Amino acid sequence: MLRVEGVTVRYGDHTAVDRFDLDVGEAEVVTLLGPSGCGKSSILRAIAGLVPIAGGRVLVDGSDVTNRPPHTREVGLMFQEYALFPHRDVVGNVAFGPRMHGDTREAVARRVDEVLALVGLSGYGARSVVSLSGGEQQRVALARALAPKPRVLMLDEPLGSLDRSLRERLTGELRALFVDLGLTVVTVTHDQGEAFTLADRVLVLRDGVVSQIGRPVDVWRGPADAFVARFLGFGNVFEVVARDGRIDTPWGPMTAGNRPDGDAALVIRPDGLRLARTGAEGVAGPATFRGDHFLVPVMLRTGWTLEVTDRSGEVPEPGTSVRVELDPNHVVLTAP
Amino acid sequence: MTRRTRGRGAAAVALLAGVPVVFLAVFFVWPVGHIVERGLRPNGSWDLGVVGAVLRAPSTRHLVWFTLWQAAASTLLTLALGLPGAYVVARFDFRGKALLRAAITVPFVLPTIVVASAFLGLFGTRGIFAGVVDLDGSIWAILIAHAFFNYAVVVRTVGGLWSHLDPTLDDAARTLGASRWRTLREVTWPLLRSAVASAAAIVFLFSFTSFGVVLVLGGQRYATLEVAIKRATLDRLDLPTASVLALVQLAAVVALLLSFAATSSRRGVRQRLLATGDVARRPRGRAEHWFVAANLAVMAVLLGTPIAVLVERSLHPTTGYGLDFYRALFDTPARAARFVPPLDAIRNSLEFAVVATAIALVVGGLAAFAVAGRGRGRRPLDLLLMLPLGTSAVTVGFGFLISLDRPPLDLRSSWIIVPIAHSLVAIPFVVRILVPVVRSIDDRLHEAAALLGASPARTWREVDLPIVRRAALVAAGFAFAISLGEFGATLFIARPDRPTMPVAIFRFLSQAGAANFGAAMAMSTILMVVTAAAILLIERFRTPGLGEF
Repeated sequence: MLRVEGVTVRYGDHTAVDRFDLDVGEAEVVTLLGPSGCGKSSILRAIAGLVPIAGGRVLVDGSDVTNRPPHTREVGLMFQEYALFPHRDVVGNVAFGPRMHGDTREAVARRVDEVLALVGLSGYGARSVVSLSGGEQQRVALARALAPKPRVLMLDEPLGSLDRSLRERLTGELRALFVDLGLTVVTVTHDQGEAFTLADRVLVLRDGVVSQIGRPVDVWRGPADAFVARFLGFGNVFEVVARDGRIDTPWGPMTAGNRPDGDAALVIRPDGLRLARTGAEGVAGPATFRGDHFLVPVMLRTGWTLEVTDRSGEVPEPGTSVRVELDPNHVVLTAP
Repeated sequence: MTRRTRGRGAAAVALLAGVPVVFLAVFFVWPVGHIVERGLRPNGSWDLGVVGAVLRAPSTRHLVWFTLWQAAASTLLTLALGLPGAYVVARFDFRGKALLRAAITVPFVLPTIVVASAFLGLFGTRGIFAGVVDLDGSIWAILIAHAFFNYAVVVRTVGGLWSHLDPTLDDAARTLGASRWRTLREVTWPLLRSAVASAAAIVFLFSFTSFGVVLVLGGQRYATLEVAIKRATLDRLDLPTASVLALVQLAAVVALLLSFAATSSRRGVRQRLLATGDVARRPRGRAEHWFVAANLAVMAVLLGTPIAVLVERSLHPTTGYGLDFYRALFDTPARAARFVPPLDAIRNSLEFAVVATAIALVVGGLAAFAVAGRGRGRRPLDLLLMLPLGTSAVTVGFGFLISLDRPPLDLRSSWIIVPIAHSLVAIPFVVRILVPVVRSIDDRLHEAAALLGASPARTWREVDLPIVRRAALVAAGFAFAISLGEFGATLFIARPDRPTMPVAIFRFLSQAGAANFGAAMAMSTILMVVTAAAILLIERFRTPGLGEF
């Protein structure tokens, strides 16, 4: 449905996006995940035609739209801080798209009612958008983007400016909406939880280049490199060197599997470490409480600082000697 | 201003407000009252005969009609040139933009007489285009001069808001299927309308009360109400007619301001504004480059040419180039008895400007603290302070002439009358510059100072004053520039033997001969340089983000 081929975006001398490729199937939800400044918003703007591209092509439903102005591309975009028109009420905002497409007055009114019902804002029509809460504004923005029936819907940090509990609730609602309507969607976020909930496929971006692409579960299980692992929130990522098919760890030498010799990154998932009577020796630091567990920093003799998840509730005093056991099933060896 | 000010009681506010109120009562309300009396009670008893006669005269109707339509045409021309310029300055980044922004403000503060001289240098019989483009005495010379003058008003007022509008609103409209033109009409225009309306109102008001430009460029054919008041008073000594015309002018200006105030509340849109700098970007693509280049060209031609030509004419005696005209200014030939050496005019102007600046700062400063406070009388005071801005300089000068001529206030033969008139024109600007800064002083600063042991007076000296000082410098620069360039009022009240630079320039322009024309050009150039220097100094001290002027 959407095909992006080798798209490059430059601002002056700075290359924000470098030869980016993307293929989104019909009714597929793809999420671009990356830290701020990684070029993900620029990709959306390039697809919408809002920034000129220095190279590459954009195809929507098989036709090349690279040289078409934004208003003829039939690509919807929900903006990061919504960009609602302050001089129009809720209906005025939602009706804008259908009106631009020359629909009759009745058709516009019908479509507005339809999408407002869809996002749960029936009866809000005459309200001023400035008076709405953040969550309500988000819904109006979504309704506005949906109203002209775009062939591809794009959402730039759709939940980024909402508080945490609201965000978690709305993520589920969004996902349900996408599936129900069979929408082709590209979203952008810096929040891995949001990306994993929404997406069929996740693309991890770094400095305008793709680091990894895959189903959420595959990305979680096997981060492609140390950057992706750290970005996904893994606290235990260490630089190691593979030599003769083996690496050295505080728990002794381990097999490097099919990793070639040279620099590598050792990623230990949270379940892979626990405080025990045996294992690598170290000194405990001050623990932090994380709801259903404590996080205990442990400085090993070898110099690594581990983040150990402890669910027993009996955390060691800072400064005491402890031992940490490793479960090799939760270890991933990836690119540095 | 502060909760403690309110606690200190109405006495402090009354003390602050007292000086400006008395000043305005004596030097504004009293003279204007005299105009009313001259017009409506010419012989000590109410007599509307003169009013009726003047209003019925076809010449009056012509006068009012011309004043109105030239103001409307000037406003349209200025908007047509200025709105694209506002867009360019608000939305695009290019090299030299900061300098450009300062440069386009210069024409706005140039003395009207300098602008008039510059346009004579362009289109007059001794102008650079004489015989090529014949605009001498044409309405176009007046309209273009008004556009030259007011271009900055449009760019600053509209561009100021435009640069704070969120450009993703445009992007949103585009992705929803709106073309560029439709986006401009349906999204940008509604959000910008209030700024365009206020810019148009200001330009219209300035053009409506235009004096120096029309006096010099209009010849015998064109006259605004202002020019007619001057002619009735100074040329024909017909004070009753002058009074009635001044009243018509006053009524028109008040009606204009009221109708603008009544409609402006409906235009505003509550919206989130961005910090500037976020939205300006380099032009992309051929169309945008052309658009920016075309507007820069308009600015260069419209704003640059008159200034360049003024300087060129001042350096261009009959043969070749040289400083002859300047040298002549500093010579003191033993000519006619009433001759005043040009050098004296320069000295007069500078002396008057220093005194006027001091008065405007003291009166305007006290008023600013009173207006920024929470006293009950601050709104009427604010309005009273703005009145001299709406009234014209000619009205002020004329009022001074007929009211301050007998005891207890016989100031007509005193030099102080000139700086007082100048300060009256400058005070509204001083107040407008200071009030936002005074208001911005966080109440908690006073509380913190008090908790640290500072008395109220000490707090004022060590907290308020240093914060206000920069703005006060800006206000002083403005007042100085206004005084240097003030022409309308000065023409009425300056003693013949103590002319200011604008008056001297006007005298040169009214006399025949290449030498007089050259002297006018040379002195205009000097006046322009001094004014521009004062303004560029201001730009350096300006507190970013507070106020547009």
